Amino acid sequence: MIPRQAIRGGLRIEAHKARSTKHPIRAASLSAHYVLPLDQHSGLPALPLVKVGDRVRMFQPIAQPAPGISAWLHAPASGEVIAIEPRPAPHRLGAPTLSIVISNDGRDEPFDNAAAVSDFEQISPKEACEHIARGGIVGLGGAAFPTANKLESSLCENGPQLLLNGAECEPYISCDEVLMRERADDIVFGARALLHALCATHCTIAIEDDVPEAQKALSAAIEKACDSRIRLKVVPAIYPAGGERQLISTVFGVEVPHDGLPADIGVVCQNVGTAAAIARWIRDRQPLISRIVTVTGDGVRDAANLETRIGTPFASLIADGGGYTERMSRLIMGGSMMGAPLPHDDLPVIKATNCIVAASALDLQPRGAEMPCIRCGACSYVCPAYLLPQQLHWYLHPYDSEQLQRHGLLDCIECGCCDFVCPSQIPLAERFRETKPVLIRELDSRRDADAARARFHARNARLERLEAEHRAKLAEKRRPKIGPSSS
Amino acid sequence: MTFGTAPAPHVVAHTGVARVMRIVIYALVPTVVLHVAFFGVGLLVQIALGSVTALIAEAVALRLRRKPVAPFLTDGSAILTAILLALCLPPLAPWWLIVSGTAFAILLAKHLYGGLGANPFNPAMVGYAVLLVSFPVQLLQWLPPAGMEIEQVKLTVGETLSTILTGSLPSRLTWDAVTSPTPLDALRTNLNMGMTMAEAQAAPIFGTWGGRGWEWINLATLAGGIALLALRVIRWHIPVAMLSAIVVCASFMYVVDPGAYAGPIFHLTSGASVLGAFFIATDPISAATSDRGRLIYGAGIGLLTYVIRTWGGYPDGVAFAVLLMNLSVPLIDRYTIPRIYGHAR
Repeated sequence: MIPRQAIRGGLRIEAHKARSTKHPIRAASLSAHYVLPLDQHSGLPALPLVKVGDRVRMFQPIAQPAPGISAWLHAPASGEVIAIEPRPAPHRLGAPTLSIVISNDGRDEPFDNAAAVSDFEQISPKEACEHIARGGIVGLGGAAFPTANKLESSLCENGPQLLLNGAECEPYISCDEVLMRERADDIVFGARALLHALCATHCTIAIEDDVPEAQKALSAAIEKACDSRIRLKVVPAIYPAGGERQLISTVFGVEVPHDGLPADIGVVCQNVGTAAAIARWIRDRQPLISRIVTVTGDGVRDAANLETRIGTPFASLIADGGGYTERMSRLIMGGSMMGAPLPHDDLPVIKATNCIVAASALDLQPRGAEMPCIRCGACSYVCPAYLLPQQLHWYLHPYDSEQLQRHGLLDCIECGCCDFVCPSQIPLAERFRETKPVLIRELDSRRDADAARARFHARNARLERLEAEHRAKLAEKRRPKIGPSSS
Repeated sequence: MTFGTAPAPHVVAHTGVARVMRIVIYALVPTVVLHVAFFGVGLLVQIALGSVTALIAEAVALRLRRKPVAPFLTDGSAILTAILLALCLPPLAPWWLIVSGTAFAILLAKHLYGGLGANPFNPAMVGYAVLLVSFPVQLLQWLPPAGMEIEQVKLTVGETLSTILTGSLPSRLTWDAVTSPTPLDALRTNLNMGMTMAEAQAAPIFGTWGGRGWEWINLATLAGGIALLALRVIRWHIPVAMLSAIVVCASFMYVVDPGAYAGPIFHLTSGASVLGAFFIATDPISAATSDRGRLIYGAGIGLLTYVIRTWGGYPDGVAFAVLLMNLSVPLIDRYTIPRIYGHAR
């Protein structure tokens, strides 16, 4: 473990959350169709369990995880499977991705997940992980990593520390804030389930210092649960303090090794939304078929936090927000710092969709014309990974893989802080995002080449050895003949 | 509905190269005002000549390099170069000094290396070094500061202008009457003549702490520098390291032999120590880039400045010290990469 003194880098930027947190969570309108991409979680795409024409009921499993890292998918409504075909999805803008399309019959006939466990605390941690997997639970903070896979890889002898991430540092996104405010009991229930599944003894819920109402609600819920294993930790509202590695440093004062995982230092980090989803699955037998989505920005009439079924089209959420304003210009999934730009709104909500920003010119601060880097170093002072973005930029053109590696291009978390402060308006984060895969490919192929070279040298050495042995034997045979004459 | 897309982040701060350069220029205003108060309006004429030359040279270079002219001409960097160079020249220096120095700085030191952001050497200091090596006599002819007990020669604005443009003084004056060495130059000459430090510093050109007038100009420069620090346009590492190195070296030698070496206060209040520390060495383009690198870079400039002043062939050493450390930047940067998150020390 690398000791760490204080938070470094990051930005204090305007949160833009007041508009969407004014009203309580409400349910999004039901949609006529739900589109469920099979690869909406990290890892491998799920394998369909239904065929076109099948009738499905709400909560019914419709796809099972592929072996390895993958997740279950459930029907968000009762109705008919009308297509299993490639459809455009917000996380794969390049090409359509295989999706199950369900038409909604409006009856919401529930499927009884008979496998549900009656007393979660009585089953073994391994069974608990399996049970969480069957709920289709994935990380709801944005990466959608299958939760059960993360828990299984984190199981250790003396039980890891559980860290629940309620530090929602990205501007505009407020789904976790309203969740903590209104459903703090769910989060605490989920925390206790996770503690059990991990054999962990301590849970820290991290929350930012600018959401007092959510803090109050969570404290009350923890007190009500009378569980001394759970504590609340207030962290400064600095972007990107809610990044997994940054938060672990802030809360525990240790850094996650660059080539390791939080589990390597005995920490498991889960989003508060994930904990609440686990509570709904274990307690209410509702698998993950809906999540809270923040709809906000000056491009939509009314901002809101909507309990939204997975597969709902973005256009339907915008309609729930009163439609676009005439100032609408850009659609973003996520926040203003790291959010993905979307070319249109005919895309389904996936498990990773935490926020939709309908941005007008008021929300966007467009970049000016790009100027050359003046090496001022403003970027290095805000980099939460302690990189020198100005030097990385220098080594992009001409591309110098050795220096890029030395300067830690692969440690870049793409938070965009460097972009934000750059006086030369250089799109640094985008350049780094584009170049990282190039460098990774190069390092991989170099490793392969090194291995091939090592094999080649080993083979040559072996052949030489055999040759030498052969010659030695020949010499041995000849020696008796030569021996007497030379003496 | 379809929308345009742009990569994240979707918001950036209100900033810009032109804004940064503008702030640095504003921070030089107190220095310029006091300079004019002590040495007359010559500086303003020099700045005007230098700025016009800088803009023309910049435009020509951009044209030749087929680069967009407008964004770079308005970024303020060329004018800043001209102002810094003008501050280094004697206020009555003939026009062709500032014009050729600025043109050299912009065309050769800046654009030949790739323009804004790509110059390994500080352009203003390259311009100054070229002039100092080529025309040492003209560059060391300073004016006596206002407030000296000797009879004060005052030039009108018109006389100043005609002196700079024609190179000859109004008929009522002679060069001997209007020129005086800089304090660092005078000290060196006096010490070389075998005077003790006390005798050497008794000349009317010296004030309470350092060079008369220069004390106040340096104080104004310090105020501007602190403003830059407060606005986070520059960071503390380079100025603090450079001034500390000068103070440490000067104190050490002063303690060793106070009769032969000027004290640290004299070194800070005479010459270009403060201007160099806050406005010249901090030019980020030609400086080291990490905090640790900047400490080494600043300390190196301070050390070299002191060495050149004390034992070198020129009265002030800031320009050469900066250029020598510019030369070492790639090496410093290579060995001062900060520890990355999650990596061992």
